[in-house]
Amino acid sequence: MSTTEHSEHSEYIDSETGKMGMWLFLFTELFLFGGLFIVYAVMRSKYSADFHHAALELNAFIGATNTVVLLVSSMTVAMSLTAIQKNQPNIAIWLIFFTLILAGVFMINKYFEWGHKFELHLYPGSDVMKSLPHGEIMFFGLYYMMTGLHALHVIIGGVLLTIVMVRLKTGKINQQHYLLLENGALYWHLVDLIWIFLFPLLYLIT
Amino acid sequence: MKNHEDHITSYSLNLSVLLILLILTTISVLAVKFHFGAFTVAVALIIASVKAGIVLTYFMHLKFENLLLRLMVVGVFLLFAIVVVITFIDYYFR
Repeated sequence: MSTTEHSEHSEYIDSETGKMGMWLFLFTELFLFGGLFIVYAVMRSKYSADFHHAALELNAFIGATNTVVLLVSSMTVAMSLTAIQKNQPNIAIWLIFFTLILAGVFMINKYFEWGHKFELHLYPGSDVMKSLPHGEIMFFGLYYMMTGLHALHVIIGGVLLTIVMVRLKTGKINQQHYLLLENGALYWHLVDLIWIFLFPLLYLIT
Repeated sequence: MKNHEDHITSYSLNLSVLLILLILTTISVLAVKFHFGAFTVAVALIIASVKAGIVLTYFMHLKFENLLLRLMVVGVFLLFAIVVVITFIDYYFR
């Protein structure tokens, strides 16, 4: 009797605590990007004319496309959680796979966007960049820092979701134990959340 | 085993949330073209905040989480707002 109780006990997974740990980590991420947002806000009020001019260089169409891509991927990852809770692991796997494809599309768009800027020699430290007014240098510096740090998060999220997909396949993530899928989804939503603010601040407002 | 049953968000609710987010994105793209002058930044930030709130509430399931976690999230955003205000007070009255 006592041995069965013991084995039941060792299977207990406190998903509430696991989720709270993830949220605490997300709070630190919020302040990582939050610091950059504050620098952006102060610099924008100091060099509003330069920021206006520099922001015109950015391609709002690519920005909007990537917004749609991330919003859809946020839904597919949320749906994969629904699928595993309803004990439909195959649907969950496909939804994670689709999310990963969208993450790839986002990165390809980013590659072309940055590639075009590099062709125009608009990258930190280039001679063209050094000849710009101080405020425009600030704008492009923040643009590369914020979208670069965000793209790094997209890559990390992609790796995390790949691990989730493999564990779904092996059955390690199932209807009873899906904390990793839940936390992976939370991370991916954070990536989406940050882009929701990056897109209007960098691409839309000129 | 889990000690309680988690709330399951239906596929259709997830899809509805996405549609609302896409509509808000379209509004924010169109709103910029109208040039509200000084309010352009404010309008863009308000729409972005509404979108962020929807993602937090539905996609991140805060609506169905316990009170402690919800208070923690509200507290962190308040803390961030205070940091922003203090930064600007410092910047303008230095």
